[in-house]
Amino acid sequence: MDNEDGLASTALGPSPDFVQAGIKAIDCDIHNEVPSLQTLFPYMSDFWCDYCNHSGFRGPDANDYPRGAPLTTHPDAKSPWEVDLAHIREQLLDGWNLEYGILNCAYRVQSVHNPDLAAAIAQAINDWQIEHWLDPEPRLRASLVIPSQIPDLAAREIERVGEHPGFVQAILPVRSRTPYGSRLYHPIYEAAVRHNLAIGIHYGGAPGNQPSPTGWPSTYLEEYSGMTQVFQAQVISLVAEGIFDQFPELRVVLIESGFTWLPAVMWRIDKEWRGLRNNTPWLKRPPSEYMRKHLRFTLQPIDAPPTTKQLLQIIGQLESDEMLMFSTDYPHWQFDTPNDAFPTPLNIGLQAAPYMPGALARKILSENARAFYQL
Amino acid sequence: MENTTTKRSKLPVIDCDIHNSVPPGALSPYLSQRWQEHFKTFGLRSRIGGYYPRALLNAARKDAWPPSGLAPGADLAFMQEQLLDAWNIEYGVLNPLIPVGEQLNLAYGAALAQAVNEWQVADWVEPEPRLRASIVVPYEDGDLSAEEIHRCGPRPEFVQILLIARTKDPLGNRKYWKIYEAAVEYDLPIGIHFGGVAGPITGAGWPSYYIEDHGGMPQAFHTQVISYVCEGVFERFPTLKIVLIEGGFAWLPPLLWRLDATWTKLRSEVPELRRKPSEYIRDHFWFSTQPMEEPPKREYFEQLLEQMDMNDKLMFATDYPHWDFDAPDRALPSFLKPELRRKILADNARALYQFEKN
Repeated sequence: MDNEDGLASTALGPSPDFVQAGIKAIDCDIHNEVPSLQTLFPYMSDFWCDYCNHSGFRGPDANDYPRGAPLTTHPDAKSPWEVDLAHIREQLLDGWNLEYGILNCAYRVQSVHNPDLAAAIAQAINDWQIEHWLDPEPRLRASLVIPSQIPDLAAREIERVGEHPGFVQAILPVRSRTPYGSRLYHPIYEAAVRHNLAIGIHYGGAPGNQPSPTGWPSTYLEEYSGMTQVFQAQVISLVAEGIFDQFPELRVVLIESGFTWLPAVMWRIDKEWRGLRNNTPWLKRPPSEYMRKHLRFTLQPIDAPPTTKQLLQIIGQLESDEMLMFSTDYPHWQFDTPNDAFPTPLNIGLQAAPYMPGALARKILSENARAFYQL
Repeated sequence: MENTTTKRSKLPVIDCDIHNSVPPGALSPYLSQRWQEHFKTFGLRSRIGGYYPRALLNAARKDAWPPSGLAPGADLAFMQEQLLDAWNIEYGVLNPLIPVGEQLNLAYGAALAQAVNEWQVADWVEPEPRLRASIVVPYEDGDLSAEEIHRCGPRPEFVQILLIARTKDPLGNRKYWKIYEAAVEYDLPIGIHFGGVAGPITGAGWPSYYIEDHGGMPQAFHTQVISYVCEGVFERFPTLKIVLIEGGFAWLPPLLWRLDATWTKLRSEVPELRRKPSEYIRDHFWFSTQPMEEPPKREYFEQLLEQMDMNDKLMFATDYPHWDFDAPDRALPSFLKPELRRKILADNARALYQFEKN
């Protein structure tokens, strides 16, 4: 909520239990959005500034976070386009005593059809991220925005700034023109591995093709809740098309994806693989093993079942304690009270069972992300 | 096969997904001269470009090719011997996968639908009292589909209306509502079967391999379930029943949780919904079992059933004559309690399709 002087209040509410327990968490999904295309003009050539001004181009044709939609903005936060470094410090880094925060900019250069313009905008965003977010705040890390629809140009951008210590991953929108397991994308993965960067696959995108196998849904509710099926397509594609055989060091994190759907995908694809191994002879192990080894998931939105018992069942079905990494998805509205950000009781001994073992909670809150991002 | 005889005779079995196919020329008696000529000249034309070579020819079991030389599923006598008699199937629901609804020429699709439905009655249901048929319709056109449902709906040979998973638009879309209006008039469930191509087969574009096509099919069912709920179809048609065929079901509980969670934030967009999405889904959807997800541990399957909480809505299917056939005595986990086994193998389907006890 806004104060009388128009500033965001300094807290998202009282600190969550884990903060009070002294755990310094790592938040793997904080949004730093570009307020407007003009924000990027200082980082673009005169040619592209003129082009944008003359054509009236106002930025990518994406609307994966409608400005007024309740999910887009937490009631106690500024909108994603108004959030600045001060808000993130007040509400998260200081407010919740975070060790690190990973920034994910969801500006959709992938929807800009002109490849050179897409590359110019991506370059501008990354330079803006360095100047306004990474250099002033050592607790922040960021995601490289790349024109992944033209993999060669995307790889070139990774080459350009991939060595900056603030960048820990390159980010791709989950909706794509072609699934990310395709060989078309090898230049991106080669560059990511070369610069020791992870790949983040994030909710949303506007590639122009339909967001489901059955056409375009009518409502944002359908599109948002249905985005899990696009993540599933990407998971299946990455594994089946052999990306992890080709790039054994590649690390991939799914962001704002939910994760409760993953066990069902593992079961189904492992069964398919037993019947269809001749499709993908390079897969030497069941697909679920590749998923556990190479994939990570951010926590919010948690898509939690109604009971803690069931949530722990799902986490158990993952058969890995390394796949989940804490996130707030700030400033999007995924949780109502701070303790809902990490909903399973941590206070072992104080809470009635079922509860999450403390060691697992620590892994999810920080250790998994520290290992994955090599922080 | 012989050693399973005693096992399989213990419990009744209803098979909710049998595929009958058309022998050459079998539809001709039911097609006008114009459409026969059309077929000879132009063949079948749909939104092509989405073909992935199957596991096996015709996606069929190697042993399902009848001695008559016809295609798998095209020879009733052989199906009787290999499926209905061998497994003592009490009733079987026919889902012919003939690309009727996918025809770009809607008038041709309507003519083909009529022919396929008449052929099913004459060549399958009349000679074999254990079989019932699904009404095929040109589903991309609500009016033409409703016409065909009105033609076939009153006839006892038909027990459901057959749609496909990958339609041109999500099936909750208003353009399909004429189909539901007719379905509830005859109290016929809507069956949505695995398959179809109407655009890129994933929300991420075109994949490369059949394992992605076949293994990714739950994504289409996902979208359909969400669409039905969010478009308010069940508010408009409170008695509508929908069967998801060959889609699996382990993906459902996470969908329920996510949809409920998202709806609590975005419900202002869909004020016509008066209940939580999961409540509509548990009331209105049924699932056929094949191909069933097989978790590596028994406890996961038990957790899944408990999380799903739809034991009355799971119905056994073999998917005969396809390569991933499920056998009645082996497909269901051995630890299922007899009461639940009985429900899944026959009772749930008997109640839904209103089969009389044989």
